[in-house]
Formats: sequence, structure tokens, C-alpha cells
Amino acid sequence: MNLIKIEHIAKIYQVGTEEVHALADVSLTIDKNEYVAIMGPSGSGKSTLMNILGCLDTPTKGLYDFEGENVSEMEDNDLANIRNQKIGFVFQTFNLLPRSDALHNVELPLIYAGVPSHERKERARQSLIDVGLEDRIHHKPNELSGGQRQRVAIARALVTRPSIILADEPTGNLDSKTGEDIMYLFNEIHQQGNTIILVTHEEYIAEHAARIIRLKDGFIAADEHVEKRYVPQKREAVA
Amino acid sequence: MSRFLFELKEGVIISLKAIFANKARSVLTTLGIIIGIWAVITMSTAIKGIDIAFQDGVASLGSDNIYIDKWEWFNNDTPWWELRNRRNIDMDDFRAYKDAAQLPVAVAPSMWTSQTVKQRDRTVEFINIQGTTNDYIETTNLSFAEGRFFNELESNGGRAVIVLGWDIAENLFPNGGALGSTVKVKGHKLKVVGVLEEQGSWVMGNWNPDNQVYLPIEFMFKYLQRESFRSITINVRAENSIAVEEVKEEAIGLMRRVRGLTYDEINDFSINQQEGLLNEINQTVGVIQIAGLFITGLSLFVGAIGIMNIMFVSVKERTREIGIRKAIGAKRRAILGQFLSEAATICLMGGLIGLGIAVVTSIIIDRFLPTSIQIDAVFLAIVISLFTGLISGFAPAYTASKLDPVDSLRYE
Repeated sequence: MNLIKIEHIAKIYQVGTEEVHALADVSLTIDKNEYVAIMGPSGSGKSTLMNILGCLDTPTKGLYDFEGENVSEMEDNDLANIRNQKIGFVFQTFNLLPRSDALHNVELPLIYAGVPSHERKERARQSLIDVGLEDRIHHKPNELSGGQRQRVAIARALVTRPSIILADEPTGNLDSKTGEDIMYLFNEIHQQGNTIILVTHEEYIAEHAARIIRLKDGFIAADEHVEKRYVPQKREAVA
Repeated sequence: MSRFLFELKEGVIISLKAIFANKARSVLTTLGIIIGIWAVITMSTAIKGIDIAFQDGVASLGSDNIYIDKWEWFNNDTPWWELRNRRNIDMDDFRAYKDAAQLPVAVAPSMWTSQTVKQRDRTVEFINIQGTTNDYIETTNLSFAEGRFFNELESNGGRAVIVLGWDIAENLFPNGGALGSTVKVKGHKLKVVGVLEEQGSWVMGNWNPDNQVYLPIEFMFKYLQRESFRSITINVRAENSIAVEEVKEEAIGLMRRVRGLTYDEINDFSINQQEGLLNEINQTVGVIQIAGLFITGLSLFVGAIGIMNIMFVSVKERTREIGIRKAIGAKRRAILGQFLSEAATICLMGGLIGLGIAVVTSIIIDRFLPTSIQIDAVFLAIVISLFTGLISGFAPAYTASKLDPVDSLRYE
């Protein structure tokens, strides 16, 4: 069974008197443990698709089936549950709570999942260790480098053991070397059996994935298998 | 239920962090609530103090007493000129009534005059001098610091003896030794036979026993004021407060007979009771209460608006944070709870601080008015401040909970 199945999805915004078709007609399936990149120029609808895949938004038309559940007609609170338990977000701008330390940031999804405090802290700590931040647990975001912040965000995404990791331009705010480290981390996460959906506009980054879906004007322009995947190398000194 | 407590606990922790992250703002916001709660609590305790003081003052009249008088003391339904035109009540009326009355436990006449009392070089000017009989003490609850009331012999003989109220004694004899000394009233020497215990209530003003002196009414008629100068008051004491009504009925009947009224004439005297004063006081206290609580309530209201305002700013400012929280799975309820508990926590802290200041204030006020903060005021402060927080925080919190996650994540 497919992990994600969307059929004829459309998203239409009303801007003044004009209808804007951010997504015109998109159908695709994603299986467990796939590593998919969604590519497209700005205005192609990739952000909209990402928001719908991430259950932050619902489609105007069409069907979205997530692990056998029809997400396209869910209420806000049910969507929040799905986001909480099945989806891990990694954003371009990290989106960490600035006044909370790394541990609390990672702990946050577990708070909303109702996990008791002790277990929560233990799992958050482990998640931070997994991304290589064992010595930064009590640092606040402004005491961390960009790469470290993105690692905290990845730890937060992983802590609930979600069905998919949804990464929106995860290297967009990082220099290329740090970006490389992050991509290495994603590769590792993928090898551990996780499903990753990567949204990017950089060809080079997209080639880390095994499959590239190209969007244009709200349609899927291409859905291709990557022949020669770019496998990142681990650097000695981690930023 | 445990789920609710879990969310409540997490909400309070999150809001405490937010409050301490914005210390200056939180303090300023809280100030409005501190002042509001302080005002409300201080005012309600002060009003309670005023009420207690009034009630104590009234109690000194005695709930078992009626006062037969030419004048209507409290509720002036009858026009004053009608009251003025009534015949004076004189000692003959008093004696006739006293002989016929079966129900009262004690009956005594009173006549007042205002005079200066001297003791060597010390004077108290124009105080109430009450002329009465030895039975008077039986119509009151007064007790003595030293000495006694004048006896039947002294009373009937119009002897030069005097009983001092506490404040008068304090003024004339600052070093004590009043008992057995002599004081002068209008040049006449009187021997002090007793000093009353302090009553301590300021409500009755010059009518407070503390500020009066008592001497035999016969002495007064002889040396201070003619019997016909003004009407006397008849003090009547019933056995208990239940018997008061019967005593009153009897008094009306007897007085009509004594005064020779025919069946079609209305009463030319009034029966005064503590109840009348009580009603009047309750009305006054009620007005003070409404006005006071309204004004202080306004200051609390202003504080609440401040909270609402700052919470709206806070929601706007933290739009992105709300987006993040929603993206990683916070439900509407959780966001609503977070901001509600933030507002409630600020208000509760303000309320407790306000309460603390109110306690200090009440200790200061206690020097003038019997006030003390009771447990119900503490309860009131907590409940009011919590409610203020919840009410003023609701609109901002609701706005926050309704934010769209996509839009708020994009918010800069």
C-alpha cells in the first residue's frame, strides 16, 4: 500500500475577482522509505503542494490519502494530530522557538502528543544525540550556528518517529559545506528506513534524492528516477 | 481529566516562560491589575470596616430599647414643623407612663444640655450633659471603668454628683484619679462617682457615651436648665428584643392616654428604635458600597483592558511561534489554553501582589477603622483576578487559536 496517494488535487485561491490555480491537477503516490525531491521554479506550486502534503492546508479539490486515511476532508484538530504524529517538518528558516533551548524545542511535539515530562526529556535528548548535538542540548538557537540549528530542527522532526520527513529547502539558509553536512544527515536518516520528501529549487540538492518530481504551473511536468544519485560524504569536522 | 490537567500544567509552564521572557512588559501590564485588585480589596474591606463601626455604634443604643420622644429621630416622614408643634413631653408624662407601664424592665427620662465642664485649669467645652434618673443605667448596656452610677437617693435629691464618659474623664483627668474628685459645671461643683468604660465607637458622635456626662435630672432642673425648656426623652428597656414590639404597643396606648388624645387624634409623640437608625445606616453603607465598588471596579476594568491590549500585541508578535506550534501539532485548544493561561497567570500574580499591598494598607487603615482582611477577601482577590485574566485574555487567545498555520509560518 502506498504511504501517500493524492489524486487530482487542485488548490484554488481567490485573489480579488480572479481565481488563481496554485495547483491545477496533481496526482502522485509515494511509498514507504522513498527519498523524493519536489522541484520547480517559484510559482510552480511546490510550496502549495508541500503545505498540502504536510497537512498544513487542505486541497480545494481532489483526494489525499495518507496511510489509508482520507486527509483531504479532515477538521483542523484531526489535521493537527496527523502533523503531530506522522509528519516531521524541517524548514528553510529552521523555525525554532528563539527563547527555548534545544532540548525544549525538540521536546515540543511530544508535549502536544501528551507524553509525560520524564519520557519526553529522555526522547528529546536521544534525538539530539542522534543528530550529533549531545554537547549543545541546553543552548538556545541564537547560541548555535546555522547548521546546528537545522540539526535541532531535524531532531525535532524525528523525535515523534513520524511516517514522513518533509523538508522545505533545508539547505537554503546554509553555506554549501554546512548544507552538505545536512544532506549527509538526511541520507543517513533515509538509510534508517525513513521516508523523506525534499522541496528545493536547486538541481544539485535534488540529486541527493532517488526520485525527482518536477512541477510547473500547477502540473507535474516530470516524475523521474535519479540514475546517478549524489551520495554526500561525511566531513571530519562537523560545523 | 488527567489530559486536561496535563494541558493546564504545560500551558502554565509555557506562559510562565513567556512572562519572564518579557519582564518589563509583564511588570507594567501587571501593574494595572495590582492597582485594580488592591483598590477593590482595600475598598471592600474598608466598607466592611465602616459597616462594622456603624453596627457597633448602633448596638450601643441597644436592640431592646425604645425611646419615646417628641421628635422622630430617623425616618422623617412627618414634616418637621408638625413635630415642632407637638406638646413637650414633661416629667408628669414620664411619671404617669412609668406608673402604668407593666412590661418594661426599666424606664428613665433624659434631658440634654450643652455645657462646658471644668476641672482646675482643664476644660471640655460644650459637651452633652445628660440629666436622668438612677434607673437610666438599667436601660443601657453601659459598664464602669471605676465607680458607679448615681443611686436613687442622689437621683431623687438632685445631688451634685456626676458620671463621666471615658473621653471626658481622659481629658479632665489625664493622670487618672477622677473618682472622688470634683468638677465644675456652670460654677456648680459636682462629685465624680463613676467613670464609664470606653465604648470606642465614633459613629454616634457627641451622642457616644464616651463624650457625655450624666447627672441627676433634678440637679439639672434646679441649676442648669428649666424643666419646661425642652421636651424630655423617655428611655424604655424591654426584657429582650422579642418583647420590644409589645412594649412599643403598650407605650403607644399608655402615652395616648397620658397625653389625653381622643381616638381621632394622631399620636403627638414618636417611638424611636434602633431599627430606624439601622435602616438609615444600611442605606448609607449600601450607597457607599455601590459607589466605592463601582469606582474601584473601574480601575480593575482599566487593568483588564491593559491585559487584553498586551495580549493582542503578544499574539501578533508571536504569530510565527504560533505557526511553529501548530505545524508540529498544537491543536486550537492548546493554543487557546496557552494564551488564556498566560493572561490568567499575569492577572493572578498581579492579584496576589495587589492583595499583599491591600493587607499592608488595611493594617494602616485599621488605626482609624476596624478593618482586617478576611479569608473571603483573599478568595475574592484570587477569583476576581483569575476571571479578569480569563475574560480579558479570551479574545486574543481565540484569535491566536484561529490563525492559519501556513500564513503564520510565513509571517515576518
